[in-house]
Amino acid sequence: MTPSAYTTNEIMTIAAARLLKNGAVCFVGIGLPSTAANLARLTHAPDIVLIYESGPIGAKPSILPLSIGDGNLAETADTVVSTPEIFRYWLQGGRVDVGFLSAAQIDRFANINTTVIGDYKKPGTRLPGAGGAPEIASCAGQVVLVLKQSARGFVKKLDFVTSVGHLDGGDARRRLNLPGKGPVAVVTDLCLMEPDPATKELTVTQLHPGISAEQIRKATEWEIRFAPELKETLLPTKTELEILRDLERRTRLAHGNLTAA
Amino acid sequence: MAEITTLREAIAGLVRDGDVVAMEGFTHLIPFAAGHEVLRQQRRNLTLVRMTPDVIYDQLIGAGCAKKLIFSWGGNPGVGSLHRLRDAVEHDWPAPLEIQEHGHGDLANAYVAGASNLPFAVLRAYAGSDLPKHNDKIKFIQCPFTGESLAAVPSIRPDVTVIHAQKSDRKGNILLWGILGVQKEAVLAAKRAIVTVEEIVDELNAWPNACILPHWTISAVCRVPGGGFPSYAHGYYERDNRFYQAWDAVARDRDTFQKWIKAHILDTDNFEEFRQVLAESVSQET
Repeated sequence: MTPSAYTTNEIMTIAAARLLKNGAVCFVGIGLPSTAANLARLTHAPDIVLIYESGPIGAKPSILPLSIGDGNLAETADTVVSTPEIFRYWLQGGRVDVGFLSAAQIDRFANINTTVIGDYKKPGTRLPGAGGAPEIASCAGQVVLVLKQSARGFVKKLDFVTSVGHLDGGDARRRLNLPGKGPVAVVTDLCLMEPDPATKELTVTQLHPGISAEQIRKATEWEIRFAPELKETLLPTKTELEILRDLERRTRLAHGNLTAA
Repeated sequence: MAEITTLREAIAGLVRDGDVVAMEGFTHLIPFAAGHEVLRQQRRNLTLVRMTPDVIYDQLIGAGCAKKLIFSWGGNPGVGSLHRLRDAVEHDWPAPLEIQEHGHGDLANAYVAGASNLPFAVLRAYAGSDLPKHNDKIKFIQCPFTGESLAAVPSIRPDVTVIHAQKSDRKGNILLWGILGVQKEAVLAAKRAIVTVEEIVDELNAWPNACILPHWTISAVCRVPGGGFPSYAHGYYERDNRFYQAWDAVARDRDTFQKWIKAHILDTDNFEEFRQVLAESVSQET
C-alpha cells in the first residue's frame, strides 16, 4: 500500500473510523461522520451502537443514509424512538459516549460554526444551521470532528459559534458546567489534531503518510501548533479500503449514483 | 372529533392567513401534499415552524406564504442548500423573512412543553453558543433546587399542525410508524390538527400502543395516497432522492422556481394532478 493507492478522503474516513472503540455508543452526524462510523462498525467495531438524531438507536445500515432520517436506519435499528426522546433521555440523559460531527468552520479550540459566514443579520453565506450539534457538543461524553482541511474552514475567528468546543481554552468547559469533555480529536484529510491537555488548543499529533507540515500550515488560517514528536497515520489496510469502497459503491447504486453528501 | 374530508376543504377551513403553522415529519412522512395545498390556496403571513424546513418550506417561502420561520436545521438533506430560504434570508426575496433559530433538541423540547400545556421547556444546552445572542427566545434560568444554569425556551403552540401518516381507521384514529419525529407532540401542542394518510381502513389491527393519536385529537383526516412524496412513507414508498437532487437546480434561480411553482402547483387542482404534471416534465427532460 502506497499513498497513491488511496484518496485523501479515504484516509480521512479510515483514520476517523479507527478512533471509535467497539461497543461505544456513538451519536452520528450525517455525511463524513456517518461514513466513518459505519466503516468502524463493518471493520473493528461490530458492536458499536449508532444513534441518529431522527430516532434510530443501534442502526446498522447496509448503505449510507443520504438524509438523517432514511428508512434504512429505522429498518436496521434495535429500536426507533421519537426525536424528543432521543435528545431528552439518550443524549441529555448521558447515555452517549461519543458525538461524531462535521462542521463548515472550526477554530483553534475546535468551536464549530454551521450557521453563517459573515454577519448574522446580513449574511454573506447562510449555512443550514445548528441541527442537533449544540446539544451533542454539550452533552456527549466526548466529541470527534471529521472535516476536510482548508484555510477557509480552519479559521482564526469564527463568524458564529454554533456549537461549543473548548471555548477560549483551558478549563472553560468546566467553568460553564458542560457535561461532556468536548472535542478530543479532529480528523482531516491531512492529519489528526488533538487538544493540548492544558491549553486545549488544537495540536497536530499525527500526519497522514506523505503529508508535510507545510501543507497543513497552508490549510490553516491560524498558526497551527505541532506536537514535538509527530506520529504517522498507519496506511489503510487492504480490508479497510475494500470495505469502505464496497460501502460507497453500494450507496451510489442505491441512491441512483448520488454521493452521500 | 376528526372529520374525514378532502385536503382542499381541510386547508380551506383550518389554515388561515397569519396562522402559526407546524408541518412536521423528520425526513420521513413530510406532509408535502398539504404544503402544496396551502401554497395553492395562497395563504399569506404564516409563521412556519419546522425542525428541518426541507423542500416543503423552501416552496412555501419562495412562493411568498411566510413572514417568519422557526427552525433548527435549514438544508436540503444530502444535497446542500435550500436556495429559496437562503434567498429570503440573504436578499429579502420575495419578501423579508424573520427567522427564529434553535437547535434540534431545543425545538423537540419546545413541542413537548406545548403538548404538556407548559409555558416553556428547560434543557441543558447553549452554554457558550452564539445562538442565544441572536435569538431572544433562548434564556437561561437557575434550577431552584441545585442552582444549575439551564436553558429555557418558550413552548411551541401552533394554531394548526399538519402531519402525514400511514393509516387511519374510519373514525380517524392514526397509525404512524418508522421514524416518528415530533409529530405526536406537534399535534398535541396545536389548537387544530390536520392529518393526511396513505389509506383509510376499516380496522387498524394494531397493537394497543400503536395508535399514536386517537381520533378526537385531530380536526381533519384526509386520504392522500403518496402525500408524503418526495419524502417517504415507511412500508409504502421510498424517498425520491432524485427529486431532492433536482430541486437544487429548480430552486437556485428565481425565474425557474416561479415557473415550476406555477406549472406544478398553482395550475394543478390537487396532488394527484401535480404528480401527473411532474411525471410529464421529468419524462421530457430524460
